[in-house]
Amino acid sequence: MTLLADLATPIVMGILLGGLYTVIALGLSLVFGVVKEINIAHGDLVILGSYFGYVAMTVIGIDPILSLIVGMPLLFGIGFAIQKYLLNRAFKISMNATLIVAFGISIILQNTYQLIWTPYARGLTTPYALESFSAGPIHIPLVYLLDFFVAIVVMVFLREFLKRTYLGRAIRAAAQDRKTAHLMGINTDRVYAFTFAIAMALAAIAGVFLGLTFSFTPVSGMSFLIIALGIVVLGGMGSIVGTFVGGVAFGLAQTLGGYFFGVAAQMLVAYIMVLVVLAVIPRGIFGR
Amino acid sequence: MASSQKMPEETLLKVSHIDVFHGSFQALWDVSLTIRPGEIVAIIGANGSGKSTLLDTISGLVHPAKGSIEFEGKDISALEPFHIVDLGISQVPEGRRVFPDLTVLENLIIGSYNRKARSKREQNLQRAYHLFPVLKERKSQLAKTLSGGEQQMLSLGRGLMSDPKLILLDEMSLGLAPILINELYRILREIRDRGITILFVEQNVRRSLTEADRAYIMEVGRVVLSGDVAKLREEERVKKAYFGA
Repeated sequence: MTLLADLATPIVMGILLGGLYTVIALGLSLVFGVVKEINIAHGDLVILGSYFGYVAMTVIGIDPILSLIVGMPLLFGIGFAIQKYLLNRAFKISMNATLIVAFGISIILQNTYQLIWTPYARGLTTPYALESFSAGPIHIPLVYLLDFFVAIVVMVFLREFLKRTYLGRAIRAAAQDRKTAHLMGINTDRVYAFTFAIAMALAAIAGVFLGLTFSFTPVSGMSFLIIALGIVVLGGMGSIVGTFVGGVAFGLAQTLGGYFFGVAAQMLVAYIMVLVVLAVIPRGIFGR
Repeated sequence: MASSQKMPEETLLKVSHIDVFHGSFQALWDVSLTIRPGEIVAIIGANGSGKSTLLDTISGLVHPAKGSIEFEGKDISALEPFHIVDLGISQVPEGRRVFPDLTVLENLIIGSYNRKARSKREQNLQRAYHLFPVLKERKSQLAKTLSGGEQQMLSLGRGLMSDPKLILLDEMSLGLAPILINELYRILREIRDRGITILFVEQNVRRSLTEADRAYIMEVGRVVLSGDVAKLREEERVKKAYFGA
């Protein structure tokens, strides 16, 4: 019984953390599934969202969550421009070219962060970020609950958007068959730009909640990119439910791995799980 | 023939002397073709004769290196596919190419993606359901769960959702049962009677020369013969090559 009671906290924490990981990975999964690009700069763009929240909080003095009213459209615009002016053009050369362009964006962003905000770790330490609550044997930081709640809201909105709007249907059609999408009168370049833009609006949300949950540095983007890639491999690319399942599985592997094998081993456990899934079901749990 | 009611000199589509390349490979050589409003025109030829390339060039998926394509008097040879759909040309691609993980209804709605067609969506949806009642019955099913014949009907219905003046059909009858093919061609005539001009590509020569008003015969990227189907049926060359006479 005491083992079960001891396990309750890492299990609940793992599931809730999975919510944050889901939000971080959704944008990567969307771009992966629709545009077929592996956006290596995704983690760094999420961190751009974190720094945006940081500036809003420390310079202007508004709550980082509230700052998303500006942060989301801002990253949406940046994302649209990146896809329209850089990646769509690179794609006409080759798929590898998009990879290299994204890698370049990643390096530029990391160095810009270092210049502006120094290599020191920052965090979005709002008063509520330090709150926690207890229920029986379980002790949970409040932000973990927020992370999970936001994940649910984001997933529902994204799903409804993809299902009910012309643009959403066009995004799904272009993901399934690019040539036929052309024949349906869909301007796929424009659809891809919107897809990347939406992924970046999601990255803005992910960045703020990441900053509320963990501290971050100019190079944190790389570790979160790798987590997001692991999740997309687990869940199958381009599936919302798959990303969520992958995110929760990853969160659980991390917290339970930490519980049983120590903090140093927690990522190791998560990645062994990714490797096993990759070997057994290479398309991921919800992959087509 | 319905086309005889129209002025004979009126043209809807005029392809003039186009050369088309896939990389360094020349797929079309000096191809010309005209279509008048209300006609059913067939392009006949074996695999690799350039029929599909011709349709893809009209649709703007590939652009001609030489020559021009005019639709209602406007040069469209440099336009992107989505512009060409806007102008009123719709292609029903070879192999149906329905979106497998979209429902039947979603596939149809995607057909009305261009702005002009969106306002006529309900009207065109009812037309598609009238022509293919099975699509209405199965509107909530994923397209990949349909049979081959039903998928072809969906592909055709989807093509009509863009409110086209000209519809391009690529190998509509490939892999379908003869009874279904008869039904599809009956519906094709109904579509024409509703004022939509039809250009279709077909490997079955006998079928093409009965269903169409006029036909173009292609061999390795060139148009080798063209004219009214009644005349083509009597051509020695056609008889020899295709009917074994």
